[in-house]
Amino acid sequence: MRWVREHVIALIGGAVLVYLFVPIFLVVLMSFNDPATRNVYRFDGFTLDNWLHPCADPAMCDSLALSIEIGLLATLVATVIGTLAAFALVRWDFAGRSQSNLLIFLPMAAPEIVMGSSLLTLFVQGGFAGQLGFVTIFIAHVMFCLSFVVVTVRSRLAGMNDTLEQAASDLYATPQQTFWRVTFPLVLPGILGAALLSFSLSFDDFIITNLNSGSEVTFPMYVWGVARVGLPMQVNVVGTLMLVISLVIVLTGEVNSRRRARALV
Amino acid sequence: MAESRVAAPADSGRRRGLTAYVLMAPAVIVLGLFFVIPFYSLVAASLYDPGGSDKAGWDVTYHFANYWEAIKLYKGQLLRSLLYGGAATLICLVLGYVLAYAIAFKSGRWKSLLLVLVIVPFFTSFLVRTLSWQLILADDGWVVDALQFVHILGQDDKLLATDFAVIMGLAYNFLPFMVLPLFASIDKIDPRLIEASSDLYSNPITGFFKVTWPLSLPGVVSGTLLTFIPATGDYINAELLGNTETTVIGKVIQLQATNANHPHIAAALSMILMFLIVAMVLVYVRRVGTEELL
Repeated sequence: MRWVREHVIALIGGAVLVYLFVPIFLVVLMSFNDPATRNVYRFDGFTLDNWLHPCADPAMCDSLALSIEIGLLATLVATVIGTLAAFALVRWDFAGRSQSNLLIFLPMAAPEIVMGSSLLTLFVQGGFAGQLGFVTIFIAHVMFCLSFVVVTVRSRLAGMNDTLEQAASDLYATPQQTFWRVTFPLVLPGILGAALLSFSLSFDDFIITNLNSGSEVTFPMYVWGVARVGLPMQVNVVGTLMLVISLVIVLTGEVNSRRRARALV
Repeated sequence: MAESRVAAPADSGRRRGLTAYVLMAPAVIVLGLFFVIPFYSLVAASLYDPGGSDKAGWDVTYHFANYWEAIKLYKGQLLRSLLYGGAATLICLVLGYVLAYAIAFKSGRWKSLLLVLVIVPFFTSFLVRTLSWQLILADDGWVVDALQFVHILGQDDKLLATDFAVIMGLAYNFLPFMVLPLFASIDKIDPRLIEASSDLYSNPITGFFKVTWPLSLPGVVSGTLLTFIPATGDYINAELLGNTETTVIGKVIQLQATNANHPHIAAALSMILMFLIVAMVLVYVRRVGTEELL
C-alpha cells in the first residue's frame, strides 16, 4: 500500500502512456485482420494478406503516392526556406525582426479550418477555383509547415553557443569554411528534425487539404472517404508502417545523439 | 534584470547587414502571399453582399448582417465547438500534467525515451487512429460490454456516437500538444525547491500548489493554447466519433466554404471563430498572467 502511495504519480503517468498506445496497438493488430464482412470493423481472424497485397485497392496506393510526393516536395521547400529564415532571426539583426517573429508564430496559432477556408477564398477570388489540385495542395502545405520548420531550427540555433565557430575563425578558417565545416553540421540535427516534423504534418493534414484539393485525393482524404463504407484493412498496414518508420528514424537520432554526447565527454 | 544580462551578449553577437533580408525574404513572401493575403480575402468575403454568386461575382458591401446571419444560424455549433474544445483541453491538462510530471521527475534515465514514446503514436495517421477509437468504443466492443457488466453503463447506453466519444477523441488526439510544453516547464523546476517546501512543513498538496504549479504555469499556458485552438477548430473527431447532433463549427465552415453560394457565411463564421478564440485566449492569458505569473 505504501509502495502504491509513493509511486502513484508514476503509476497514473504509466496509465496515461498506455492510453496513448491503445489505439495504436489496435491499428497494428487490425493490419493482420481477416475481415468477415467489409462493413463490420472488428478482428475476425489472422492473416498476412493485407501486408502481402497492400495495394488491393489501387485508389489507396494512388492516394498514398500523392501524399508522399506532396509531403516530400513541401518538406524540401519549407525546410530550405524555413532554415534560411531561422538563421536570419537568430544570427542577424534587422528592421522588422520582431514583426517577422510574429508572422512566423501566427500560422501555428490559427485554427486550421480558418487557414484552409481563407486560402480557398483567395484561390476562388483569384480565379483559380477550377484549378484546385496538386499545386494548391502543395502551396498550402508549404505555408503551414514553414512556421514549424523555423521554430525547430531556430531553437537549435539559439541553443548553440558560438565558441566552436570562434575557434574556427581563430584558426584562420574563412567564413565559408566555418559555416560548412562547423555551423552547418551542428545545426543539421535541428534541420533534419524540422524536415521530419514537416513531412509528418504534410502527410497527415486533412482539414486544410480537404478545402483546397479540388479533385485530388490524398491519403487522409482517402481514409475519410472510405470510413463510412468500410475501411480496407490495408489502411492499417499504412498506419503501422508509418509508425515503424518514424520510430526507426527517431530512435536512430536518439542513439546517435547519445553516442555523440558520450564522444564529447 | 537577470534576463537582460543574459540576453545582452547574444544581442551584441547579432550581425547587421542586407544578407538578413535575403535570408528572410522567401519565408516572408510565402507567408505574406498565402497566409496574410488570404486572411484579407477572408475579411472581404465575410462582408460580401449575399446577393452575389461565384458566377455573377461578389461585391464587398460591408454587409455586416452576414455575421448576424451566421450567428443566428449556427450559434449552437459554435457553442458546441467551444465546449468540446474546452472540455478536451481540461482533460488533456489533467492527464498531460501527471504524465509530464512523471516523465520529468520519476523517469530517471528513461526520460528521453519516454518523451519519444509520447510523440510516436502521433506518427500514425490522425484519421487512422481516430477510426481506431471507433472500434474501441463500438456498441458491441469489449469496453462497452465491460462497462455494462459492472453497471456503469445501462444495457441500452452506448459510448460511440456520443458527446463523450467526441471529447475523448479530441483529448486523445491533442494530448502531446499539452504534454510537450508542460514537460519543458516542469523539467526546468529545481527539485530542491519542492524539497525545501516540505522541509518547511508544507504537505505535498500545498507544496504542489504553492511551488510546482506556479513554476509550471508557462507550460500550462502554452499547452492549453496549443490544445484548445486546434481542438476547437477540428471536425474530424465530431464526424467520426459523434452523431448527427454533434456537428461542430469546423464542419459547417467546410460545407459552406465549398458551397458556391455561401462563401460569405463560411468567411463570417471563420472570422467569428477566430474572434472568439482570440478573445478567450486573451482573457485566459490575462487571468493566469496577473494572478499567478507575478
